[in-house]
Amino acid sequence: MIDAKYFLKGFYSIKGARSPAIALGASFIAIGALLKNIGFTIQESIFSTFLTYALPGSLIMAESMIIGASLINIFIAVWLVNARLYPMTVSLMPLLIHKSQPRWKYYLSCHFIAVSSWLIMKDKYEGVKKEFRIDFWIGIGMATWSVAIISTIVGYFASDFLNKDILIGLAIINPIYFTCMMVGSMKTIKISLSIILGTILGPSFYFISPEWCILFGGIVAGSIAFLIGEINGE
Amino acid sequence: MASNIILVILVTSLATFLSRFLGVITSENIKENSKIFRWFNCLAYSTLAALIARIVIFPSGNLSDVDLIVRVFVVFLSILLFFLTRKNLVYPTLFSAIIMSLLANYL
Repeated sequence: MIDAKYFLKGFYSIKGARSPAIALGASFIAIGALLKNIGFTIQESIFSTFLTYALPGSLIMAESMIIGASLINIFIAVWLVNARLYPMTVSLMPLLIHKSQPRWKYYLSCHFIAVSSWLIMKDKYEGVKKEFRIDFWIGIGMATWSVAIISTIVGYFASDFLNKDILIGLAIINPIYFTCMMVGSMKTIKISLSIILGTILGPSFYFISPEWCILFGGIVAGSIAFLIGEINGE
Repeated sequence: MASNIILVILVTSLATFLSRFLGVITSENIKENSKIFRWFNCLAYSTLAALIARIVIFPSGNLSDVDLIVRVFVVFLSILLFFLTRKNLVYPTLFSAIIMSLLANYL
C-alpha cells in the first residue's frame, strides 16, 4: 500500500543539518502555550494542531477568539491567510501524481502540505523515482505533523515556564527558518524574483488591506516573476 | 464555551483544508511541464515570501514588542550565518532565537 522504504526515507528527512524539526517544534511550542493561555484544554489544543496543522491559521484563530470574532469572520480570516496552500498544492501534487498510485493517497496526504514539508519536498523530489514520490511525501508529512503535535503538547505544559523573552525568541525561529530555506531555493530567475518581489509587495499591500495583502501581493509578485522568467526563456 | 472552542477549531481546519483539497482537484489536470504549473510555482513562492515578510514587518503577538529595526537586523544576520555555515539551517534558527531573546531583554 505504502512503500516502507520510501516512507522511511521521507520520515528521516527531519534529521540532520537541514532538519525542520527545531523550527517546527519552536513554533508549535509557542502555539501550545498560546492555546493554553486563551483557555483551551489539552485535548482541544491537540485537536487543533491535529486538524489544522498550519501555523498562521492557528495564530489567526487564537487572535480572533481573543477579540471575540464570529465564526464567519474566523473562517474568512483563516482562509485568507492560508490561501497560499492552494498554489503550494498545485505546484507540488503534479510532481507526485503517478498512474499506478491510488487517488486516496493524494486526497488524504494533502493535509500535510505546510511550508516546512513543502519546502523539503521541493528540495528533494528530484532524487526520488516518480512512482514512489507520494510515499516519500507521506513520510515527510507524517514526520513534520508528529513534531507539530508533540510540540503543541510540550508547549501547553511548559507554558508556565515560558516568559515573554523566551516566547519572542521562539516566535522568530519560524520566519528565520523559512527565510533561509527560501534563500536556499533561489536557483532560477523565476523563483528568485518571486521571492524578492513577494517580500517587497506583500508588506506594501498591507497599507491597502491587511487581510488581503498576502494574496494580492503574492499574486502580483508571482505573475510578474513568471512573465519575466518566460521572456528570458526559462 | 467548550463546544464553542470545538466549533472554532472545526471552522479553522475547514478553512485551511479547503485550499489544500481544491489544490489536489486542480492538480489532476495539470502537467508538471505546463505553463500553468510554472505560473503556480511562482505564485507559491511569492505568496510564501509575502507571508513571511508580513510576519517580520507587521507581526502580531509577541514579536510586535520588538523594534522593527531589531527584527530586520536579526533576519539579515541569520541569512549571513546561513551562508557562512554552508547552508546549515539549525545554526541560524538557534542563533536567531537566542539573539532575539537577548535583544528583547536588553533593548
